[in-house]
Amino acid sequence: MKGLAPVFVVVTAMAAVPFLGVSNVTLNFLVVALMIALAGQGWNVLGGYGGQYSFGHAAFFGTGAYVTAVLQVRYGVNAWFAFGLGIAGGALVGAVVGGLTFRSGLRGSYFALVTLAFAEVLRISASVAPITGAGVGTLVKLDLHVAALQFGSRAAFYWMILTLVAMALIVTRLIERSRFGVWLVAVRENEDAATALGVNATAIKLAAMVISGAITAAAGCFYVQYFLFIDSGLAYGTWISIEALLTPIIGGVGTVFGPLLGALVVRGLGEGAQTVTGGNAPGLDLVVYGCALVLIIGFAPRGLIGWLAQWRHRRMRPAALAETGHD
Amino acid sequence: MTDPLLAVERVSRRFGGLLAVNGVSLTAPEGRITGLIGPNGAGKTTLFALISGFLKPSSGAIRYCGADVTGEPPHRLARQGIARTFQIAQPFTGLTVRENILVGAHLRHPGRDAAVIAADQVGRELGLESMLDRPADTLTVAGRKRLELAKALATKPKLLLLDEVLAGLNASEIRDMVPVIRAMCRHGITIMMIEHVMQAVMSLAEHVFVLAEGRIIAEGTPAQVAADPGVVEAYLGRGAAARLGGARAN
Repeated sequence: MKGLAPVFVVVTAMAAVPFLGVSNVTLNFLVVALMIALAGQGWNVLGGYGGQYSFGHAAFFGTGAYVTAVLQVRYGVNAWFAFGLGIAGGALVGAVVGGLTFRSGLRGSYFALVTLAFAEVLRISASVAPITGAGVGTLVKLDLHVAALQFGSRAAFYWMILTLVAMALIVTRLIERSRFGVWLVAVRENEDAATALGVNATAIKLAAMVISGAITAAAGCFYVQYFLFIDSGLAYGTWISIEALLTPIIGGVGTVFGPLLGALVVRGLGEGAQTVTGGNAPGLDLVVYGCALVLIIGFAPRGLIGWLAQWRHRRMRPAALAETGHD
Repeated sequence: MTDPLLAVERVSRRFGGLLAVNGVSLTAPEGRITGLIGPNGAGKTTLFALISGFLKPSSGAIRYCGADVTGEPPHRLARQGIARTFQIAQPFTGLTVRENILVGAHLRHPGRDAAVIAADQVGRELGLESMLDRPADTLTVAGRKRLELAKALATKPKLLLLDEVLAGLNASEIRDMVPVIRAMCRHGITIMMIEHVMQAVMSLAEHVFVLAEGRIIAEGTPAQVAADPGVVEAYLGRGAAARLGGARAN
């Protein structure tokens, strides 16, 4: 289990937060931030490591959410089981969308636009299909039992989403150290060169999209269990596609902790803006996101983690130079 | 005589109205260095792309290790032991030199530890050991060419297609590189090389094919093709051989 120590340290520290006597408002903020982080972690596998920028990760989030909700409400499936099937549903959507786009050789902005289109098709379908509750949406019955995957306390939900985030962090770290991860990054850097070295680029990207879809779907499944309601705009709306790509880009694309850091910072800024204006400026958080994105892309294209690493590198370098000077 | 490792049989490739490769047949005998020369635009790189699977031939067949591999995708050919370098080096710029070589090493070593050991070994063989932790985009042209070779070698190829690995190098860098190529051949790798640096082709290749306007116009030992009037004309224009001959006679 080489290289997993930082994951355990961060997760353990975060698990202690509910014991610090924080308010429910703070816990709620953290739960939502972690849910966004999870969606971003899914995006990061495909976009960060694989270089395939999706604008439509709502397709996975929404599928996870709807599968979890509809199976429980309409078919009486156990919530835990429905949660698992929701994740599988996200993986399946990843396989279908990835199979269609990658096999036809779509790259770059074409890929981004097609993913956006898939998410929109799903949103419009969900807003009219009877099974999803169409325009009314689907309400999951309140049932505060562990068997129904609902908890009376915010802390329990917090630990649940933290566990999911931890699992995604571990998966990301394992990918990073594996042959699959090395090849995925190679495809991002130069697809032709990777192919010449024996990498089946289509298969690698497809696998990344399946994993990516499963992780982001898990965030959607959690959304349903936490808010007990879903409709087409929440499930497949562009808001989640944007949050899923914004958090890794701001935190650091292609890094294990990028999405988590990005989600905390982005959500913190948005929340801060709302507090300052006393909630009188709806949409201000979006303005803040936009500014943060412009600043990051302009000054730290590798995100906050890349910027921190660079800053540390710069501080280390004079010392290193002095050392070699003594030789 | 044993079957050649690679046999290209009457292969053509058409791009719209342009016949870039026109009925080319050639062979690369196992364990030898075969040269492929020709003027700019002759179709050399297109031919390499056809052999390595990046392009599919419009007609003709490519046999490798006795089997028909026409139209196989490049990643599958790489698995079977055909590696290529690119004319313009294609490093994974965001990665270190070691990580670059690792991509190739993973083809034969699924586990990370074994792959890293193999990658470092290849890096040492090519004189990149002091640069393994450097980002690939900080390398000089000569360094990039070496890295391009290292990536291909890390896949443990049987057949290595070298597309102008000496182009852009200065005289001393070429002198350093020639023994590296010769050593690869000695280790049992069959090499086919496109090269413009004639002095290097002369000293490395045993057999040379000359491609001009998509067709093989001559083949033989380097000395034979260099003396072929058709080859001289292909490079310098119609009548050049006669004029040169005349100049020499005067």
